[in-house]
Amino acid sequence: MNFSWGKIYSWINERVHLEDLVEFLGKKYVPIHRHSVWYYFGGVSLFLSIIQVVTGILLLLYYKSGEELAYESIQFIMSKVEFGWLIRSIHSWAANLFVLAAMIHMFSVYFGKAYRKPREMTWLTGMLMFFLALGFGFSGYLLPWNELAFFATKVGTDIAGVIPIIGKPIMIFLRGGEEVTGATLSRFFGFHVAVFPGIFTVLLGIHLILVQRQGMSEPLGLENTLGNEVKTIYGERSRTMPFFPNFLLRDLLLWLIVLNLLAILAVFFPWELGKKADLFAPAPAGIKPEWYFLFMFQTLKYLPAQLWIIDGEVFGILAFGLVGFLWMLVPFWDRKSSKGEKNRFINYIGIFIVMYIIILTILGWT
Amino acid sequence: MNEIKTHAEFSPHESKRNFLKYILSGGLFALAGSILYPILAYLNPPKQGEVEISSVKAGKLNEIEKDSGMMVKFGTKPVILIRTANDELRAFSATCTHLDCTVQYKKEMGVIWCACHNGKYDLNGRNVSGPPPRPLDEYRVIVQGEEILISKKV
Repeated sequence: MNFSWGKIYSWINERVHLEDLVEFLGKKYVPIHRHSVWYYFGGVSLFLSIIQVVTGILLLLYYKSGEELAYESIQFIMSKVEFGWLIRSIHSWAANLFVLAAMIHMFSVYFGKAYRKPREMTWLTGMLMFFLALGFGFSGYLLPWNELAFFATKVGTDIAGVIPIIGKPIMIFLRGGEEVTGATLSRFFGFHVAVFPGIFTVLLGIHLILVQRQGMSEPLGLENTLGNEVKTIYGERSRTMPFFPNFLLRDLLLWLIVLNLLAILAVFFPWELGKKADLFAPAPAGIKPEWYFLFMFQTLKYLPAQLWIIDGEVFGILAFGLVGFLWMLVPFWDRKSSKGEKNRFINYIGIFIVMYIIILTILGWT
Repeated sequence: MNEIKTHAEFSPHESKRNFLKYILSGGLFALAGSILYPILAYLNPPKQGEVEISSVKAGKLNEIEKDSGMMVKFGTKPVILIRTANDELRAFSATCTHLDCTVQYKKEMGVIWCACHNGKYDLNGRNVSGPPPRPLDEYRVIVQGEEILISKKV
């Protein structure tokens, strides 16, 4: 029997009509303009999340949850298992790059007002995935059960506990008790490898289907300013690029570059394990959360103990919560952009937030 | 029209249908409740039968130097024991009142310090600088011969 891809294709096509899909892919175009470069960050985030799934499954083969096992099992992965150090290092680095790529993706969508009607649901699912990514980062950070992670989790869950009325039950639910103990570790492990991936997969599915269905958004106000035109093979001038294969190949090339960057980071800057958590030791000097929580951490440092009638930290946490919530709902209160009108106010808010995050992150870092 | 409406209002079919609707939706709610309640109750961690500790032995007097601090396990909670420069013994809850980190004695500054958000307490446990909203809870220190005992203040 002679094998050919064509035969396989027609065998499947006869049953599920693949040609519809092929036709759809052939008609998919990506707009070209001076901000097209930002389109790539969604794809980069997707690529990094695939890496997280693969390396995460690999780590699961040796990781053991539990107060007396977690730290030791990571030590085992890093010192005894072949390439264990590499897999763990890639998982940690890719997690950080993922948050970075997703942030860039989010801000580019924000400034391009791509969330405007009809793409509200794409923005919403994206934002939920972003919050989930922070949850992944926070829960995964505890799993090695080291000193830094222990205090980061104490502070992080205590922050949840500060919220009036519902805070305390949430904190106890997260910690699996009053204090951060092995029970917390078990819960975080469950969230990290089962609950979050399940929710994430559903959201990602919706997000990607919406992107396919609705196509790429063009930034508001760019319609009149012609971007770089490209010549098609027929010599016509076009302001779009076929998704398949032109854009996809560019996507893949960038993925390859990201993979290389990841390998360099993981090999030359291997992720440290630190000291094992000691429930009775004081917090070490210079303790910091992951960089993407630094701006909030730094803000909490500056807030005075008492602000008007409430505790400074309660004020800070509620303020961040409120801003995050409003940010997520931007497609619903930015009416102007949905009508296709310019809305400078949105840009000012965005610029302020980006500057705030950058400045406080730098202050927190040094 | 009017006739049909009146007819429908008193239709035995209609009231039968309504009856079934209530029974069915009521049954569905009961089903959802009987599934959700055990799950929600399961999520809430059970209270551990903790032994209420009222005092612990912190160690011998010669184990702690002047002008230094020491961590003591008080049941499941950390307590900081401080021997001041003028030879007084004091003990406080080592849990920062800000966001739950564990504090330490900072010799250079002569304060109790929390590394997480740079909160400072004086040697009476009072929050003097940074974000902590409340003073640290004080414990009682008793010296019996060479032995240091720490107990809850009543």
